[in-house]
Amino acid sequence: MKSHFMFVGKQLIRMILLLICVSIAAFFLVSVSPVDPLQANVGQAALGSMSQEQIAKLNAYWGVGEPAMSRFLAWASDFFRGDMGISLLYRRPVAEVIAVKFVNSIWLLAAAWMISGIMGFLLGVLAGMKRGTWIDRAVKGYSLMIASTPAFWLALVLLMVFAVWLQILPVGLSVPIGMEAEGVTLADRIRHAILPALTLSITGVSNIALHTREKMIDIMESDYVLFARARGESSWSIFKNHGFRNVVLPAITLQFASISEIFGGSVLVEQIFSYPGLGQAAVTAGIGSDVPLLLGVTVISAAIVFGGNLTANLLYGVVDPRIRRGGAKK
Amino acid sequence: MRRINGRERTVLWFGGALLFLALITIGGRFLAEKAMVTDFSRKNLAPCPAYLFGTDWMGRDMFVRTLTGLSMSIRIGFLAAGVSALLALILGTASAVMGRAVDSVITWIIDLVMGIPHILLLILISYACGKGFKGVVIGVSLTHWTSLARLIRGEVLQLKEAAYIKAAGKLGMSRFKTAWKHMVPHLLPQFLVGLILLFPHAILHEASITFLGFGLSPEQPAIGVILSESMQYLAMGKWWLALFPGLLLAGTAALFDVAGESLRKLLDPGSAHR
Repeated sequence: MKSHFMFVGKQLIRMILLLICVSIAAFFLVSVSPVDPLQANVGQAALGSMSQEQIAKLNAYWGVGEPAMSRFLAWASDFFRGDMGISLLYRRPVAEVIAVKFVNSIWLLAAAWMISGIMGFLLGVLAGMKRGTWIDRAVKGYSLMIASTPAFWLALVLLMVFAVWLQILPVGLSVPIGMEAEGVTLADRIRHAILPALTLSITGVSNIALHTREKMIDIMESDYVLFARARGESSWSIFKNHGFRNVVLPAITLQFASISEIFGGSVLVEQIFSYPGLGQAAVTAGIGSDVPLLLGVTVISAAIVFGGNLTANLLYGVVDPRIRRGGAKK
Repeated sequence: MRRINGRERTVLWFGGALLFLALITIGGRFLAEKAMVTDFSRKNLAPCPAYLFGTDWMGRDMFVRTLTGLSMSIRIGFLAAGVSALLALILGTASAVMGRAVDSVITWIIDLVMGIPHILLLILISYACGKGFKGVVIGVSLTHWTSLARLIRGEVLQLKEAAYIKAAGKLGMSRFKTAWKHMVPHLLPQFLVGLILLFPHAILHEASITFLGFGLSPEQPAIGVILSESMQYLAMGKWWLALFPGLLLAGTAALFDVAGESLRKLLDPGSAHR
């Protein structure tokens, strides 16, 4: 048990170090950008009409001319205290903007994550156990087809079919336009999230199904399954007693590794459905040179991804007694 | 006529996929001028025999525009996948061969790059390069090497322990000669397959990032630009502006997959039975 705690502690430290590196890398990337913060945020015309002192003041405010290292330290120490700076586009603290967007996004992401995980697992297991049949071929065909389909195009097609052609679902946004915040019902929110969540689920399923299928095929070809068959166990009991326990470990890895992909997909999908979430905030920040917001979203999303990996590592111990007893064996 | 066997069929698939992709790349290159032609006498036409994919609100032939865009995407894919694969080869091998310190640094970098969602990292790199063509190529090259590098690292680590490599060392073969004679022939097929399988990702990510407005400029007939323009016309029922370019993009990505998987089956016949 003690070694398990050591293992968790090591993982936690590793995650924190990785997060620090991500923020350094992200900060480096935005600071080498040729986009001049003064030009981008104050504007050429306004700059022209300003006196030298005003420009010098603004330069100091934006940190132009200051070495990147000291700017990073200032930003990081503020960040550590929970102050992520002021968003230049929303004119509100970044932490506030991200909190609002995060709440919008999390339902969408969670729904897509659960649906794609469960569907992918079931389809993968089914295809792996019924290898070579039409079920297997259908699952494999679907997964390979979806893997080469860009998520944003799929979103466009769904939008075309359900919102424009059939007109049964709204075109975008997370709530109906022009409605008071109190008047928005849960049903409205769900209706607006169906299409984005559907897009993310459809694309998310393929990867998980394909990998689960491979693992399941390995398991079905193993000696213990052969022996179980020889004993006369039914397919269901083989799955229940032998298949599930062995396929669930890689499935957990896959499921938590897919967080990064789902998040990446949500950037595109939220943009298309004008769904005001974290992904859309990232795009708006990137296009509008809103550096504090862009940095904030990057660090938060990296934290979510690393958190997912950490959870997967912790769950191994819960699921697999060998790892629980064996300590930090991977 | 005798029936062709599985291996011959794979060769045909591989050749067919390559031929088709070459046609798109070269065809699009020569049609580049035609893609810019606007003709208001034929605007907003639905797909018909003369204009297979229809025309847009400026009377541009969507079929020609799509081909040009795809050709551009494939050429960017070439550059990015090439750089990415080279990076993967160098870092993957270095990580496996140059000792524990180098190994932990490189695996650390891999974890780091994989920790930021792809699209977000692409946005950051594109922003760092001031957006535009350069940003896309650098961004796609710098984000796609990680999984291949991991694969190569694992392979080399395994190879180092293989009996025949150890025997070669004990027989007095120099390290360089061992690497060249025994390791490269083993790694090359995997590397080539990995390289081709990088293409679909590179192409789809290029299209995505351009779609979001960080990639190629709106004047260029890139596939991402075409699709993002089509969004404004969706509500007006101009479905062909989005449907066909996207289908062809997905088809291109799928063809690269076919080419890569066929090549894998040809170079590593054992994998054909999986």
